[in-house]
Amino acid sequence: MYSYSDFDEAFVRARVAQFTHQVERRLDGSLTEDEFRPLRLMNGLYLQLHAYMLRVAIPYGTLSPRQMRQLAFIADTWDKGYGHFTTRQNIQFNWPKLPDVPAILSALADVEMHAIQTSGNTVRNVTADHFAGAAADEIEDPRPYAELLRQWSTDHPEFQFLPRKFKIAITGAPHDRAVTKAHDIGLRMVKNAAGETGFEVIVGGGLGRTPMIGMTVRDFLPVEDLLPYVEAVLSVYNTLGRRDNKYKARIKITLHETGKEEITRLVEERFAELRPLFGGNDQKLLADIREAFAPPAFRNAPTEAFDAFYKADPVFRAWADTNLAAHRNDQYAIVTISTKAHGQTPGDATSDQMRLIADLAEAHGHGDIRISHEQNVILPHVHKSDLPAIHAQLLKAGLATANVGLVSDIIACPGMDYCALATARSIPIAQEIATHFDAVKLEHEIGPLKIKISGCINACGHHHVGHIGILGLDRAGVENYQITLGGDGSEDAVIGEKTGPGFAYDEIVPAIDRILRAYLDLRAGPEETFLMAYRRVGMEPFKTALYGAEGSRNAA
Amino acid sequence: MSRRFTPKVVTANRLREGDVVYLAADDRWTPHHHEAELIEDEAHAQMRLLHASSQRLEVVGAYLADAKAGANGPEPTHFREAFRTRGPSNYFHGKQADLTSPRA
Repeated sequence: MYSYSDFDEAFVRARVAQFTHQVERRLDGSLTEDEFRPLRLMNGLYLQLHAYMLRVAIPYGTLSPRQMRQLAFIADTWDKGYGHFTTRQNIQFNWPKLPDVPAILSALADVEMHAIQTSGNTVRNVTADHFAGAAADEIEDPRPYAELLRQWSTDHPEFQFLPRKFKIAITGAPHDRAVTKAHDIGLRMVKNAAGETGFEVIVGGGLGRTPMIGMTVRDFLPVEDLLPYVEAVLSVYNTLGRRDNKYKARIKITLHETGKEEITRLVEERFAELRPLFGGNDQKLLADIREAFAPPAFRNAPTEAFDAFYKADPVFRAWADTNLAAHRNDQYAIVTISTKAHGQTPGDATSDQMRLIADLAEAHGHGDIRISHEQNVILPHVHKSDLPAIHAQLLKAGLATANVGLVSDIIACPGMDYCALATARSIPIAQEIATHFDAVKLEHEIGPLKIKISGCINACGHHHVGHIGILGLDRAGVENYQITLGGDGSEDAVIGEKTGPGFAYDEIVPAIDRILRAYLDLRAGPEETFLMAYRRVGMEPFKTALYGAEGSRNAA
Repeated sequence: MSRRFTPKVVTANRLREGDVVYLAADDRWTPHHHEAELIEDEAHAQMRLLHASSQRLEVVGAYLADAKAGANGPEPTHFREAFRTRGPSNYFHGKQADLTSPRA
């Protein structure tokens, strides 16, 4: 794992000291709220519906056990004993008090963490494939590049006042688990004909009120050109991006207004200027960073214990079938710990659960923990012989729900239960969908399905790329939920299509039930997933299920 | 023609704690919506909002929220404001928990 250099350490400590003084000056009246607000946002502190909220960066979703324990300590000391993992691999604390925030930031700095650039019109936390360094299908661990991007983008003087926020995602695997096509810049590692490694550079993806799938501006960028090229993209965007209209300020709009060809030309032109200026220092840095991401010393041991347990214990078997993924070492598995127990808040973990996860990672997981954008926790390197012990411990802590990739493994933004921007609630919808399909025992019958819920048009819950997307709106002073179908956040990314009129709060779970019963009726067989079936039959049968034969025609 | 003025309360969040509060007729900031001053006159509403906004060491983000008269005092008319009187729906946190203590 990457450890802070003296430079990182000094920078983060200096920022904590600076913000500590800013908070003092706000509390004694020297700073007005208008003056203080941009300063607190630069340090991840929002004022939400009921309280302040602190958003802490988890760079590329990677945590050490020590860091996880510190998050638990913060939750217990200054919050209400839990944290919320977000769709950008961050953690949010929902109840901090302003005078305590400097102490929280100091506690974070003690474990090489911070909340810098988790808000504002800057390059945000770089997200990565949560299976990075472990996945069987991976070309190369993308995290050294993510760390290089983190160092380059943190406090980058040219990019502190971009037209709008800027999100970068990176994956080293052909199967895209990082939603790269819905980011301002998506980086997908690829090999060229000569067998060299590089990046496909995708620009201008994004969700929000104008959802767009990104466009490939470079099919193959040699890995050593990463920083100058990304800097060129940012530089062109910083010049052309609109500052007159917040809703047209993201790079996806710049791209569409300028045209892909012209943008590509400008980026390449700027890249030609920038590339010689880097002078190889970035590559020296990258070489050092790479060492920090060397794979762990994998154990070589028998895996029969796993096989025996798998045969003997149906609860373990169900969990293994859904929550394990293929590791590049076939004695190992990638464990996804579901934070989506039926009826619980997606992405929430109590301090006790955090400590247990830290203990398990230390005892059985080579000290590596990941947070996924799907709001689950990952132990990326677990020897199969340790899986029964891990499962037993998770079971006791309410963390062994066998639902990864199923109907109750829902992404949900905080919605109007916390967020000041939300137009409707999302958490209770997720809770009710999960408990409903658990109660009617259809979860495993329905099979692979991604439901994603956002409580407003900004789409933090990624509803556009949910196989079933739910968007909560305020329609004439009442919560109303719009459904989209057929969205996909993978390498085949697609924006979902609206079904028609929305549904009231108490109608939305029955509506989802009708969609999924229609799917069960029309699918070719259990091997045809919801998304495959939707692609085969289209919208019509689902519209009929939702609105009736008459309503389906009206809604069309 | 301008729209008819609908009754309002002044609401904000406390600077230090972030808690939701309402401006009472006697200038107190109260955590209880029903203790807020129900403002029926537009000019008076603007005066009260100005008064609230000047209290920079007490509250943040003061604004006028729609409300109506109820049996025990003003009640919110929009669901967002109703949530702000209680707290989140997924946990018994925020006002719904804090205000059940005898002190409040």
